Amino acid sequence: MSDTHEHSVSFVRTESIAERDPPYAASGPVKWMRDNLFATPANSVLTLVSLYFIYLILTATLPWILNGLWNTSSLAECRQVLDGAVGACFSVLTERWNQLLFGFQYPNELYWRPTLALVLFFVAAAPVLFFDLPRKLLIFTALYPFIAYYLIWGGALAVPFVALGGCIAGGFIYQRFVAGSFALGFFGGVVAALVFWYVGGMLIPENANGTAMMTAVPSRDLGGFMLNMMLGVTCVSLSIPLGIALALGRQSSMPLIKWICVVFIEFIRGVPLITLLFVASVMLAYFFPPESQVDLFLRVVIMITMFSAAYIAEVIRGGLAALPKGQYEAADSLGLDYPQAMRLIILPQALKISIPGIVNVAVGLFKDTTLVSVISMFDLVGMIRGPILASTEWNGVYWELLGFAALLFFVVCYGISQYSQWLERRLATDHR
Amino acid sequence: MAEQATQMQISDEIAITINKMNKWYGAFHVLRDIDLTVNRGERIVICGPSGSGKSTLIRCINALEEHQQGSIEVDGTLLSSDLKNIDKVRSEVGMCFQHFNLFPHLTILENCTLAPIWVRKTPKKEAEETAMHFLEKVKIPEQADKYPGQLSGGQQQRVAIARSLCMRPRIMLFDEPTSALDPEMIAEVLDTMIQLAEEGMTMLCVTHEMGFARKVANRVIFMDEGQIVEQNEPEAFFNNPQSPRTKLFLSQILDH
Ligand SMILES: Nc1ncnc2c1ncn2[C@@H]1O[C@H](COP(=O)(O)OP(=O)(O)OP(=O)(O)O)[C@@H](O)[C@H]1O
Ligand SMILES: [Mg+2]
Repeated sequence: MSDTHEHSVSFVRTESIAERDPPYAASGPVKWMRDNLFATPANSVLTLVSLYFIYLILTATLPWILNGLWNTSSLAECRQVLDGAVGACFSVLTERWNQLLFGFQYPNELYWRPTLALVLFFVAAAPVLFFDLPRKLLIFTALYPFIAYYLIWGGALAVPFVALGGCIAGGFIYQRFVAGSFALGFFGGVVAALVFWYVGGMLIPENANGTAMMTAVPSRDLGGFMLNMMLGVTCVSLSIPLGIALALGRQSSMPLIKWICVVFIEFIRGVPLITLLFVASVMLAYFFPPESQVDLFLRVVIMITMFSAAYIAEVIRGGLAALPKGQYEAADSLGLDYPQAMRLIILPQALKISIPGIVNVAVGLFKDTTLVSVISMFDLVGMIRGPILASTEWNGVYWELLGFAALLFFVVCYGISQYSQWLERRLATDHR
Repeated sequence: MAEQATQMQISDEIAITINKMNKWYGAFHVLRDIDLTVNRGERIVICGPSGSGKSTLIRCINALEEHQQGSIEVDGTLLSSDLKNIDKVRSEVGMCFQHFNLFPHLTILENCTLAPIWVRKTPKKEAEETAMHFLEKVKIPEQADKYPGQLSGGQQQRVAIARSLCMRPRIMLFDEPTSALDPEMIAEVLDTMIQLAEEGMTMLCVTHEMGFARKVANRVIFMDEGQIVEQNEPEAFFNNPQSPRTKLFLSQILDH
């Protein structure tokens, strides 16, 4: 108002103000440090203390890592070579890498099979994780479990085919009856698949494994980080759909279904995973017919899946509850039926809200797969605690082995967490 | 005006029949002995004080709420607990909500094509053409690829109307479509609704926009405490209300 008359309230600008450069601002590393590290005396003290801590940690670990030995054949030899100097004995990793990754019983000449399964896993997971990829790739994703099964376990080719056939039969029945009632289609499909598997299982000849193209590897020979990955991937990918089904079931208007889901979720959440694993290793055998000999791997998968599905169900229930009622009403008023409304409107939004929670459960579950070492399965931790540390050569190499295990798990979990952040950004359409 | 009047003709064909319909929420009697017949092409405005059951009434017509007694017949289909009938009625009856209820994870175009593709099994391309046609009609074709969160309230409500129209409904229900909007956006939504009325759409509209009622409605219904207290042609309704409750209500809303 400087150019208007002092007592006047009315004001009309006659010429527009020209654009000017911002006032000179200091920039560069010195300014950055002054702003971020030494802004106040207290800040400066904190900065110095932190620097000192970083220095302590680095001086303690760096020589140990840099001096590390990679080519000795036992801990004793390491000690001899180091001769009192600080240094890690990484030779255990170069010497026993195959046991750490594949377990100590998986045949060496067959390592290519699980490795190929891992590579194919990335191909199969890609269209699910990155939905900009062509949808046709999902066909491979659907076939992947059967391919991976055949690669890892080998044996009779009929097994994965029967498994696939059961899934197709279930899907077919679901398609037939879902129009009438969602529950009918769903349970009809499950029953059809179970019947198909049972009958198919009886038809596979006893000695099929002997004549197989790919050497059969029994489940007890699986081990190492491969076992953790297999359990993690299988259980996460099974527990998400199961968790969704439980969360929807908990909201169901049919009291029986609602009750079953509530009891299941509350029961499983109230029991420690380790208990469930012991049940899997010892007791679950009682529930199956004695001659069926359900595989220990399968029993563990069932238990971990149920465990994490209960948690995922609760996370998704939170997401469902966060959706405004209007979304359900809009879907209803457009004439969408229940499965359509869920699949197209409700779940995409509820799952989006639930991503951080689901990822949290998934990361936790992946790390919890190491618990199988207590029921004498030789996963990565089981291998370290058992065969490797117990061997005369490597008895006492704790830091290197456990550090390696931590690194492997960290890489996978960090990857999952980065992916979920990318996904959240990618799905952010609400522009609130 | 004369031309409009001829277009806004009411046929003898019956669109909705509600007969002695009652509804309770628990022990609370929300709707009491509702009798209402709506002919094809009628434009009915429902008004009344808050909590009088207006929303509940029109939500019963497309079975978003269940009624406990009496009957509702929409386009010759009797609403019962049979899911087939409910889905049939819902795909014939469009509904617009106070808070738009667009699907925030889908673009405007996807919002409009979703139900035709999945419920009517229209091919995607055809559904998109229809959607663009109606988006043009509500005057926002250029927003088709945006997400609802990027639109103003008035635009969102017009998208919601277009989304309903894409199902080619024979009846449209509106539940206070303008009451969540700023004044300057109310006009654009009302214009869309007026246009719809001129094309002969059967409309039931809960609203407090009395200007709209005078201009478009052929009947105004006043509800209080779950009952239809008075209904009349708009001129007579506003100029010569009969019931004391109607008079009180009109004096309250017209005073401001
Ligand atoms: N789900 C419900 N459970 C119990 N009572 C309800 C429920 N929905 C509405 N009511 C009650 O029923 C009555 C009628 O509600 P309704 O929403 O139809 O009123 P309305 O006329 O639309 O009011 P408004 O103008 O405020 O929208 C109100 O007293 C309300 O409290
Ligand atoms: Mg209302």
